[in-house]
Amino acid sequence: MAQIGYSKKVMEHFMNPRNVGVIENPDGYGKVGNPVCGDLMEIFITVKEDRVDDIKFRTFGCGSAIAVSSMVTEMAKGKTLNEAMKITRKDVADELDGLPPQKMHCSNLGADALHAAIKNYWVKIGKIKPEEAKPEEGEEGESCET
Amino acid sequence: MCGINLDYQSASPVDPRAAEFAERYLSGDFGNPSALHSRGLAAKAALEEARAKVAELINAENPETIVFTSGVTEANNLAIRGAVQRNAAKGKKLLASQIEHISVLNPMKDLKKGGFDLNLVPVDAMGSIDLAALESLLSKETVLTSVMYANSEIGTIQPIKEVSDFVHERGQFLHVDASAAAGKIPIDVQKDGIDLLTLSSNDLYGPQGAGALYVKSGVRIQPVLFGGGQERGYRPGTENLYALAGFGEAARLAKLEKEEERVRLQAIRDALIKEILKIEESYLTGHPTQRLPHHASFRFSRIEGESILLTMDAMFNIQVSTGSACSSRTLEPSHVLLAIGLRHEQAHGSMIMTLGRQSNPGQIPFIAHAAKKTVERLRALSPL
Repeated sequence: MAQIGYSKKVMEHFMNPRNVGVIENPDGYGKVGNPVCGDLMEIFITVKEDRVDDIKFRTFGCGSAIAVSSMVTEMAKGKTLNEAMKITRKDVADELDGLPPQKMHCSNLGADALHAAIKNYWVKIGKIKPEEAKPEEGEEGESCET
Repeated sequence: MCGINLDYQSASPVDPRAAEFAERYLSGDFGNPSALHSRGLAAKAALEEARAKVAELINAENPETIVFTSGVTEANNLAIRGAVQRNAAKGKKLLASQIEHISVLNPMKDLKKGGFDLNLVPVDAMGSIDLAALESLLSKETVLTSVMYANSEIGTIQPIKEVSDFVHERGQFLHVDASAAAGKIPIDVQKDGIDLLTLSSNDLYGPQGAGALYVKSGVRIQPVLFGGGQERGYRPGTENLYALAGFGEAARLAKLEKEEERVRLQAIRDALIKEILKIEESYLTGHPTQRLPHHASFRFSRIEGESILLTMDAMFNIQVSTGSACSSRTLEPSHVLLAIGLRHEQAHGSMIMTLGRQSNPGQIPFIAHAAKKTVERLRALSPL
């Protein structure tokens, strides 16, 4: 039978999101999406010994947008920055036991927000140049295509 | 399923009296109304009884004006395609309000591809049709104008009599989608001067899968489906006797009871609106007074409607609806909310509550509490 609605895991993360909030003076900060499109998420990280030490998020959006944000913070916590950069949108969706097809793009911005936060940190420490932290698909400014 | 259903607009329970009345046609008194033997004749009599009951609800001049369909989408398609194509010689212009249901707008857009000229009449911030714009867009070539009786997303009731006067003074035929309004407020097709009117069975507490199109005597349409000659040839196919018998009985009950129910629901609605508007940055959508008696719709800034729906359901077992883009198949924000002038980010925060038979005043404090907690929870998650 085709899956109806959201998976149990999506609903569990939506109802009990992990790592919600703000980090004052974060080492890295990423913000993707656009309220006009219905999804906006921001991720704050602190870095210790090249690993994601603490991570928090805030999200405006639908159920899957909130669940994706929660899941990606859980997946990234404790990973090295290079490992965290390898987390893809698909990895996050898979960890959530899948997302409805129409939600795969628009509400699945968690990995992008995480990557933006890491690149923001790398720019700060001079590892990459600001122009190398170019936005990924779905970051601010992109139109609301689905 | 228990909990509090506040989404009567999308599905209503069948009235137990209508269900009991109709049940006999499932297996006991089943029959094909086209058959000439006694079983068929009994089925035909049941069908005609249902037709008469539906006709009475809207004060139609006679039962033959009622064409049964499978529901609202089919009735709207039949009204629009059927009237426009049959009367194409009278003109090639179509008019509809901006906030019509997609089952009105999409057949019109399809006709536009076939060479008809389509204009949409704007509405104001409360969702009321701009009568001056309607007047200026109407001409003798306007073969069909479609304006809904009331809108299901924002509850606004349109001034149908005035619309009808303009249409008949300057244009040709008026179609009114009354699926959200019928059974909730009085409708009189003769007094209002309506040529074609769409009705829904389920919105009247009849079974799903049934609807009707009223076609005023003398107005000519052509069928959309072709087959046998059922429904005077306008809608061929063996009739859904069980659902139509239930529809008829539900219409009879609605006619008897709607005024009392209107007063009862309106009191609950007003109390609910008052409580929910106490939430910070909450706004009523639609008209404050010219609105359906069972309809309360809102928007909340900085949060998204699908999250509202899911939280209300999962945390409080309250079922609501939303016009948010994220909850729609197309991921487009509601055209109704955009038409009343909301920006996209405002339209995302919509919540629609529709009351019904099982709603009661005792539920108001819990619903208001749930809405407040839901909004607070989502705002705490929101970066906006």
